Amino acid sequence: MSGLAATLFPNGWVPYLLGGILVGLGTAVIYLFTGITAGASTFLESTLSYVSDLPRFNRPSYLASRDWRVVFTAGIVLGALGYTLTLGDGLWTTEVDSWRLLGGGILVGIGTRLGKGCTSGHGICGVGSRSPTSLVNVATFLLVAIGTAQLVAAVGVTP
Amino acid sequence: MSDRHPLFLPVVFLGGLVFGVGLAVSEMAKPEVVLNFLQFEDFGLLLVMGGAAVTTGVIFAVAEAFGDSAPLTGQDYGRRLKSFDRNVLVGGTIFGVGWGLSGICPGAAYASLGIGNVAILWAIGGMFLGAYAQGYWRDSVRASGANAPEVADD
Repeated sequence: MSGLAATLFPNGWVPYLLGGILVGLGTAVIYLFTGITAGASTFLESTLSYVSDLPRFNRPSYLASRDWRVVFTAGIVLGALGYTLTLGDGLWTTEVDSWRLLGGGILVGIGTRLGKGCTSGHGICGVGSRSPTSLVNVATFLLVAIGTAQLVAAVGVTP
Repeated sequence: MSDRHPLFLPVVFLGGLVFGVGLAVSEMAKPEVVLNFLQFEDFGLLLVMGGAAVTTGVIFAVAEAFGDSAPLTGQDYGRRLKSFDRNVLVGGTIFGVGWGLSGICPGAAYASLGIGNVAILWAIGGMFLGAYAQGYWRDSVRASGANAPEVADD
């Protein structure tokens, strides 16, 4: 590996690119057969319609899609599990503090629904469609996330 | 839906499987890898997101140029563009703080559970809490200010 590549990608680059292409193919399979641009975060709201009467979660578009969104999410979990147990490195657990996961998760849950999408809906489907709204959203969350992560690291929280 | 094509759910499941394998292969399912990117220690995440967006973009474009409609639903191929309003910026900012703090986003969180990372249930639980809170808040705002037009989104 050349010097620049080794600097940018100290852990190699093939798995990143290969994984990214697979993520894109998963999205594309669904689009080709159904016309749906599937994002991962609408699942959070549409699934809440099973247990909440709030009008926000019981909109027709959520009620009509909540079952396949559960199936899509189950596929993501099982696909990752299957890879890990066969070709992958086996089961793995994070060392990131639980307060960071919980706090970050709450903000991600608010932000993705307010902002109409997440890393998959905006970042993959939206950017792939050259949607101006998605490009602005992705640029916003990338810059803010970089600033936040740098700040957290600077005050000495690791990992 | 009773009028759905029998292959609809299997295809969605297949797409989810491939999506999940990709997140595991790319290691984006590990918060540490995302945080390493955000701290400029390893730029691999750019290849994950770029590879996914380019793959999707090319296949979407080919379908729109040469295809007519999706075989299982009859839905026309075409760009699905979301409308822009202030919430796109506010939501993106809040999402960015959360992503930068935790290193995890929704799709990667589901895949993270799949690779055995049970601790990620903290994040998934948080995402449901956050999604519930904004839904509760938006319904309250709408109920109290019924004359304010609700901006339609997806």
